[in-house]
Amino acid sequence: MVAQESHQHAAPQGFIRKWVFSLDHKVIGLQYYFLALTAVFVGMFLSLLMRIHLIWPTAILPLLGEIKPETYLSLVTMHGTIMVFFVLTTAPQGGFGNYFLPIQIGAPDMAFPVLNMLSFWTTFVAYVVMLAAFFVVGGAPLHGWTGYAPLSALQSSGPGEGLGADLWIISIAVFCVASLMGALNFITTTLDMRAKGMSMWRMPLTCWSWFITAILGLLAFGVLLSAGILLLMDRNIGTSFFLPLGTINGQMTGHKGGSPLLWQHLFWFFGHPEVYIAILPGMGVASQVLSTFSRKPIFGYKAMVYAMLSIGLLGFMVWGHHMFMSGMSPYSAFAFSIMTMAIGVPSAIKTFNWLGTLHKGRIRFQSPMLFAIGFVSLFVSGGLSGPFLAQPALDIPLHDTAFVPGHFHLIMGVAAIFGIFAATYYWFPKMFGRMMNEKLARIHFFLTLIGTYCVFMPMHYLGLAGQPRRYSQLTELQYLHPLIGLNTFMTYAAIVTVAAQLIFVSNLFWSMFKGPKASDNPWEATTLEWTTATPPPHDNFGGRTPVVHNGPYEYSVPGAPRDYVMQTDPATVAAH
Amino acid sequence: MASFTPTIPAPRPATSRGRHDDLPPVLGGGDGGRPDPGSPDYGARLRRARLGLAVALTPITMLFVAFTSAYIVRQGLPTFDPHTNTVVHDWIPVQLPTLLFLINTCVLLLSSVTIEYARRQLARQVALEPVQSIPGVSLGTESKFPWLALTIVLGLCFLGGQWLAWRDLASRGFYVATGPSSSFVYLLTGGHAVHLLGGIIALLAAGAAVVLNRPLASRRIIVDVTAWYWHFMALLWIYILALLEFAR
Repeated sequence: MVAQESHQHAAPQGFIRKWVFSLDHKVIGLQYYFLALTAVFVGMFLSLLMRIHLIWPTAILPLLGEIKPETYLSLVTMHGTIMVFFVLTTAPQGGFGNYFLPIQIGAPDMAFPVLNMLSFWTTFVAYVVMLAAFFVVGGAPLHGWTGYAPLSALQSSGPGEGLGADLWIISIAVFCVASLMGALNFITTTLDMRAKGMSMWRMPLTCWSWFITAILGLLAFGVLLSAGILLLMDRNIGTSFFLPLGTINGQMTGHKGGSPLLWQHLFWFFGHPEVYIAILPGMGVASQVLSTFSRKPIFGYKAMVYAMLSIGLLGFMVWGHHMFMSGMSPYSAFAFSIMTMAIGVPSAIKTFNWLGTLHKGRIRFQSPMLFAIGFVSLFVSGGLSGPFLAQPALDIPLHDTAFVPGHFHLIMGVAAIFGIFAATYYWFPKMFGRMMNEKLARIHFFLTLIGTYCVFMPMHYLGLAGQPRRYSQLTELQYLHPLIGLNTFMTYAAIVTVAAQLIFVSNLFWSMFKGPKASDNPWEATTLEWTTATPPPHDNFGGRTPVVHNGPYEYSVPGAPRDYVMQTDPATVAAH
Repeated sequence: MASFTPTIPAPRPATSRGRHDDLPPVLGGGDGGRPDPGSPDYGARLRRARLGLAVALTPITMLFVAFTSAYIVRQGLPTFDPHTNTVVHDWIPVQLPTLLFLINTCVLLLSSVTIEYARRQLARQVALEPVQSIPGVSLGTESKFPWLALTIVLGLCFLGGQWLAWRDLASRGFYVATGPSSSFVYLLTGGHAVHLLGGIIALLAAGAAVVLNRPLASRRIIVDVTAWYWHFMALLWIYILALLEFAR
């Protein structure tokens, strides 16, 4: 409905039109990326405070003072929320998707540029509202990123559950609207804006992953929005959607008849697809990078697409596996369990194909490739604990232990972050016209890989040993004393890992201004973004419209003059 | 993907789909017969806007699907009564102002008809615009009836009618927080009203486009997309009314 004419607009001149309220998808992509970059440091800082508090619970921190149990819970909440929504959802899709989807399909911009701008600025408002929750009376909410009722549905249930929790819900609701606008744009762009010759089956796997992610977001965020509206009504208008009859501090709440389980159903119907919203773009980037740096076509292109589609489809049928502990009919639990384990099949197909792509490749171990291989490694190590938790009999003892954070941090947190890193190192030359420092990138890679494994692998062991989640102090519990040494080790590993990210940020900003100039196609890759100038002009292809003749991963094609065939190179007839 | 058999370079026409020409493109893109994306062609813009709308209706549907599932779950849910120490059902069916709702339904359906006339009127005007600019060509009497303005008035009448229905509910003691059933009545009708208000704002924007002297085709796109949205809102309202009446 909006913004039909912006494609014809000349490049904007003023600072505000060019860099602040820009309609250019590339600038909007960078805005998303840098928003996520600030968010990841906020989230990482919060996790560091948690790790420090766990092993030195009585420490008085400069400026922050003592961390009380409720402060610890608000750290848990805000770390999870900021990381999931404003980093893992924002950077791969909003950031790289916005920047590279139109270029990779040969379009001059997104389908609805004004909507795109609104989508970013709505996300920005959600981010500001979320951060504001720290600074209101009572502080940030305590209910975790899952916002379970009744804790989240009553103003009086805890110190952060007053205004802080309202701001949290409003921020999430605003974020839903922003993501829906973004998803709408991604889907329309992919279906309608592809260049001549760019059939769906010639799209790079990154485009497929952004497209499928957008479909997941389109179906999932509306449900979260509805849950958020109901929660706000329960908190502020006195309805009882999620609140049963009950007392708080000896007083009747005035609510009756609602069901906290209803919140869990609505939340996890969103929450599980959200996991795939975070990881699918990483899979796309890993496929792209593994193929490029192995100088081989991706092994099983179509299988990769079908695997992503079936992961997306199955992702909507498994939300109940988060609720085995909440009480559920054994028959439903069985169905959810089977469905969940079925996700292992497409995941294994993807892993097999990544390894098949590497097999007998002429591998170039440059920084994007290292992170892509790291992604595969983390995807496997994090994914393998999934089938454990998919079984009710195993999930019930493991559910509220550190095993679960170990599982989802490896697969959803660190693997997705490695996807973002791989994308950053891979596309940095195109985005900024300069190369990043390779030596620093390698140091960053090895410190991060080893560091994150040292933080999250022991969590599985701690969980099996019975260390509970979300407890602010472990030192008072006799049976956990043998585990304190391991916890201390994890905290040191976390400090080293966070420090390694400073290397990344220094490299990022230093290379942006001082790095050596990049050529148009430094990685000798085939997709459309490497056919245009570096950095791409305002309309992406400088007035030309690319015509596509080849598939996205034509490496080492026998008889070709180079070891790669660009998508725009004149068509060659290869036998089927 | 790529095979390792020798390739034979052969010139191909630019519209070729290469090795995948056995596979038709799923939707849009990839074919040579259409104008390039991003061209000022209004046909392409209209198609894109309609596609965007179709995509946008999905989350709206999901929102109401979620509300419906919450409605059904909540309706069947037993609750503990502390006075009798038994589990009871506390779902009290709301006495809906059925007559008023039916009148509102008629108003909304009528507005759906008028917006369809407005959509077709504008489509005709866009189609005839090039002909009209030829000197000496007369097209007879093209209807100037203000269908768009009538739709906006009818839409506002519907919202006014809904307001009366809420007042009526309140006068009989059914407030938002009275019971689970009345919460859902307000939630579903209110959610629908907010979405319809969005449609009215879009139509006002189309009206403003006349004042701002924007191209006729741009107005046409706004009205066309809003018309489809409006029809969807009419269907959604009938669904909500049926849910509230028959699944009390």
